[in-house]
Amino acid sequence: MSDTPIILIAEDDAGHFALAKKNLWRTCADVQVIHFHNGREVLDYLFEHSGRQTHPAHRYLLLLDIKMPLLDGVSVLERIKAHPELRKMPVFMLTTTDSPVEIDNCYQIGCNFYIVKPADYMQFMEAIESLGAFLSTPGLAIPEIDRPSTSNWN
Amino acid sequence: MNKDAMILVAEDDDGHFALIERNLIRSGVSNRIVRFRDGQELLGFLEQAKALDSDNSRRPMLLLLDIRMPKIDGVEVLLHLKSDLVLRKIPVIMLTTTGDRQAVEQCQQLGCSMYVVKPVEYDKFVESIQKISRFLSILEVPSLSAT
Repeated sequence: MSDTPIILIAEDDAGHFALAKKNLWRTCADVQVIHFHNGREVLDYLFEHSGRQTHPAHRYLLLLDIKMPLLDGVSVLERIKAHPELRKMPVFMLTTTDSPVEIDNCYQIGCNFYIVKPADYMQFMEAIESLGAFLSTPGLAIPEIDRPSTSNWN
Repeated sequence: MNKDAMILVAEDDDGHFALIERNLIRSGVSNRIVRFRDGQELLGFLEQAKALDSDNSRRPMLLLLDIRMPKIDGVEVLLHLKSDLVLRKIPVIMLTTTGDRQAVEQCQQLGCSMYVVKPVEYDKFVESIQKISRFLSILEVPSLSAT
């Protein structure tokens, strides 16, 4: 079992996703990244629909945008943190929304960290590099998650 | 991280605290660092910050939390914080020598934001603190007062 988590990125903006992925790879070369374009896609992945084969336990970490079509990031966060198994998965909000009310709300619901995407291109790259470096912190322990195989999220 | 944000460090070991503080500062962290020597001292501070309309209630904060400490240990502190409607917002990074699976699992379940086992090797420990410091600089953290 690899110690490196699979990075799930829920991000509707193709440019932001490409930038995040590129700079994560720069800091953690072998990291596996899975892209979701909206909140529904990421929950469909996490809450396997019944009948599909179960996956072995794995480490995951979710980078979650807030403003997304179909289902927004805050609703996704609520579903994940209300689930007894999935709540152990680290969820980092990664969003342009910098309102203190939203920051407060997400921490209240249980996001692990909240990161505001810098508007400046270079700063955005640096922020992702800091994030990538953090994921390679010696001693960092990310729990394994058994994705539920029998329940639908909605 | 906001300039007026505080980094709370609950750590009973003087050597470990010195190393944490030195490397936070060396990595460019200019935020106020507040040290607590045990869980009781920390909870006292937080209860006061919460109860009064004090400066501390308006300051964003983040906690680095050791587990093995006198009086009240880190897991009890985490349990207390995460079952409190206000204090639960504080992001908690466990920073501890305790690396057994059960403790890790328990803290994740209780809702710590991240769990870092202090590397035994000096250079690795320094690297951990530096990477954490750099990461702290890109974070937004909440204050206790309602916004």
